Amino acid sequence: MKSNTLILHTAALFIMPLQLMFSVFLLFRGHDEPGGGFIGGLVAAGAFVLYAFAFGSEATRRILRVAPRDLLAAGLLFAIVSTIPAFLSGQPMLTAHWWELPLPGENYLKLSTPLIFDIGVYATVLGTIMTFVINLMESDE
Amino acid sequence: MESLMAYVVGILFAAAIYMMLRRSIVKLVIGLMILSNAANLLIFVVSGMTRGAPPLLPEGADAPLGIVADPLPQALILTAIVIAFGVLAFAVVLIRRAYEVVGTDDLDQMKDTDT
Amino acid sequence: MLLAVLSGFLLAIVAPALHRISGRYIGWVLAILPASLTVYFASLIPDVRANGSLVLEYAWMPGLDISLNFLVDGLSLVFALLISGIGTFILIYAGAYLAGHKYLARFFVIMLSFMASMLGLVLSDNLITLFVFWELTSITSYMLIGFNHEDMEARKCALQGLFVTVAGGLALMAGLVLLAIMSGSYSLSEILASDMALHEHAFYTAAVICILAGTFTKSAQVPFHFWLPNAMAAPTPVSAFLHSATMVKAGIYLMARLNPSLGEGELWSQALMLFGAATMFTGAYLAFSSTGIKKVLAYSTIMALGTLTILIGVGTELALTAFICFLVAHSLYKGALFMIAGALDHETGTKDISRMGGLRKSMPATAVIACLAALSLAGLPPVFGFIAKELLLESLLEAPFWSVGLTVAAVASAVLIVGVAGLVAIKPFFGSTANTPKTPHEAPFGMLVGPGVLSLIALLFGLAPFLPEGALLQTAVGSVNGSPVETHLALWHGVNVPLVLSMGSLALGLSLLAGWRRIQPTLYAINTSGARFGPEAGYFRLMEGITIVAAWQTRVLQNGVLGLYLLLLVAVTFGLTGYTLLTKQGITLALDLTDSHFYEWGIALLLLAAAVFASATHSRLGSVASMGVLGFGVALTFILFSAPDLGITQLLVETLTVILLVLVLFKLPEFVNLSSPFERYRDLAVAAFAGIVMTLLILASLDVQYFETISSYYVENSGPLGHGRNIVNVILVDFRALDTLGEIFVLSLAALGVLSMIKLKAEDQHKP
Repeated sequence: MKSNTLILHTAALFIMPLQLMFSVFLLFRGHDEPGGGFIGGLVAAGAFVLYAFAFGSEATRRILRVAPRDLLAAGLLFAIVSTIPAFLSGQPMLTAHWWELPLPGENYLKLSTPLIFDIGVYATVLGTIMTFVINLMESDE
Repeated sequence: MESLMAYVVGILFAAAIYMMLRRSIVKLVIGLMILSNAANLLIFVVSGMTRGAPPLLPEGADAPLGIVADPLPQALILTAIVIAFGVLAFAVVLIRRAYEVVGTDDLDQMKDTDT
Repeated sequence: MLLAVLSGFLLAIVAPALHRISGRYIGWVLAILPASLTVYFASLIPDVRANGSLVLEYAWMPGLDISLNFLVDGLSLVFALLISGIGTFILIYAGAYLAGHKYLARFFVIMLSFMASMLGLVLSDNLITLFVFWELTSITSYMLIGFNHEDMEARKCALQGLFVTVAGGLALMAGLVLLAIMSGSYSLSEILASDMALHEHAFYTAAVICILAGTFTKSAQVPFHFWLPNAMAAPTPVSAFLHSATMVKAGIYLMARLNPSLGEGELWSQALMLFGAATMFTGAYLAFSSTGIKKVLAYSTIMALGTLTILIGVGTELALTAFICFLVAHSLYKGALFMIAGALDHETGTKDISRMGGLRKSMPATAVIACLAALSLAGLPPVFGFIAKELLLESLLEAPFWSVGLTVAAVASAVLIVGVAGLVAIKPFFGSTANTPKTPHEAPFGMLVGPGVLSLIALLFGLAPFLPEGALLQTAVGSVNGSPVETHLALWHGVNVPLVLSMGSLALGLSLLAGWRRIQPTLYAINTSGARFGPEAGYFRLMEGITIVAAWQTRVLQNGVLGLYLLLLVAVTFGLTGYTLLTKQGITLALDLTDSHFYEWGIALLLLAAAVFASATHSRLGSVASMGVLGFGVALTFILFSAPDLGITQLLVETLTVILLVLVLFKLPEFVNLSSPFERYRDLAVAAFAGIVMTLLILASLDVQYFETISSYYVENSGPLGHGRNIVNVILVDFRALDTLGEIFVLSLAALGVLSMIKLKAEDQHKP
């Protein structure tokens, strides 16, 4: 399945980077404002699906660089990795840990296991939906 | 508003179950989709509906300024929405596969496929 | 002690690896474990003799009052020694008997597991652990009987053994729980130590019947005896170990173990004597009328099990002494005889006694050992079996009631058993040489060492009965009796009534043996025609009945029509919910219209219209489009009522759903009306009913709150503990992150499921 409309092609090319940036923005601000891994992942998936409709599944696989299935696995791995600090310090599973890395100037980078976990959710959601869509599209070709 | 939504949810459930009882497999999927929406709304309604007070803390504060909407059912529903999507995708692909193998979309014709 | 019991399981795990390393000496290598266990158990003897019993505790599931406590006293030690001691020789023997078998490693895995389970069974102090080990022996026995699993007959016999013993096991479980309720403890040592009069308890009869159902099936008492001869489909080492020396004695063990607590009731002793006597005579008779050497031995085992049951039932100090002696003697000679039978089978290629003869020339060592073991079986001096049989007759003569009947049964059985002993020891080895399928040679050393040592021990115990008596037997009798007992074992008691009865039965038995070739076919014919009414036929009828009922209920309930399943589920679920709501909460129909804005009314109407249109339309596209409307309406509701995260998620998912449906659903045919108007109205009625119940449920739940909500905790701690201002997200990734973790795993599984379904199709197309 592949569209030949010029409008869709152009729109996909321009909108997709914006959508992806927005999805990452949603992911990182999710702890404080509406957003988070689920929503970010869904937005990113929307971007790739748009691209897939415009340029076909083969091109989408290329632009994803990794197989959707591996994205899925990576997401689960991130989620599991976020349990390690709690495990090492003997706390109940998934107890949150927080670090503040000083940046040049007055700023700090807030880094935490919930953030790693949320990145895992993001990747899993994206991987799941891309697995659905790409494989379904390929099975039709 | 909750009492009004109670009737809406009831009718959604009725529609969902009616569709799931159809023999056409596509209608079963539609029924499944209505059902997941109905279930999400059910949780949302039963836990109380609050206007204009999302469960967010103001910048720099450790507690909300007034009463906010209950965040727990929201977290539950959020996961439920995504899970329902996963289940739906699985069901839809399964159904297409079954249709290709069996050659019918009539559930009553599919009853002997496991023998 | 924990290690002693579990070491068998551990060794079982590494047995296949050991098999690869040690090759044909695997039997000897593995036998090191039971041999060292034997030494270990023997080293406990002085302690037990001094203190009566030891309890060793290891907590397992303390919350459920289930612990791995071990009770070591005279009785359990006798059993533990028999299991590990005979086990040693069985493993050596099996290494030779099954040499080169392709599943040899698997055999040792199951055999070692069985040995460990059996040890656990006799040493457990906790009733639940005892039961677990009990079932483990049933399961390992099943796998060993069906060891030659290519053989349909073996599979059938294995299943029969499993069904009978596990059905009994279920009853036993109930019995043990009743026992624990009666005595207030799951610990055997506490139950035995308490002086409660259990036989006056209201549950006593039920508990005894349940426990005996378990022990009788396990120990092959009439009418459950039929599974044991069929279990002879197992390889001979299994028959020698499980089905004569150990597993079938598990039931006997449990009866002996509980005798001090339950033995005061009349039901207990009468049931044991009655069933024991029936079993003893049936076993002896059937043994004499069979031709397969293993069947003969199996039936004589049944006879011995019956005898042991009687002796527990009689329950006098003398009877219990006889019990322990007979138990030890039987394990020694029956293990040996089975191994001899295996050697004969192995060397001659036939199991049929009537086709063997004159083998003493080619297998002299086997012949000597066989005769020695058969002396014990027949109860002749100077071996230990003689002492046991004299004690048996003496105790039956002095039994408090039914003395005459029991003695007659015992003497009749003794006559037949003398004949059986002759069948096993004289018939194959003496007389004219018969042609056998294989040219017989002397059995290999590994197959002779076991029976040889066991027979020599029986001889030693016979000549010097004070050795085992002083070491352990007296303590063991004490633990069956519940209080210490003075025993006096001797080979020669002078000329008394038991001796006269013994000699008489010997003479009669020998004359029966002389006529065996003539009477056996007649007896066999009688047995075959009588079998139609026997318990085994009943077993088969029961099995057929179960199959018929299962087929019937599958036809009725599992008819394959999805719509009917759903209809039934919905009707029952909502019917019950509605009923509960009506009776517990009452019905409210409140509809407050004043608290809604007009645009909220609009959303509600939109939702309704979308749902109704989606169900009523005949167009797929219309249906999918109205699903979109429904989804966006729900999203709008979320956003209006303070759930921005939900609103966004719902919108995104709704978009992706439509894409998914476009990709898949439009490959399927158009809607058509498949069902009749009646079915549609019926479904509509059920669906409407479900909807009404849901509405009432929500209305009722708006007014009540049974528990205090935990939401306030999240609201208060999201900032201080979660360092986040979006409380919903903090719940998702921090407070309840484990739920989310589970969820993304489910999501991944759905993705993998879709992936595999699509890939599978691709493969199908390659091979049409």
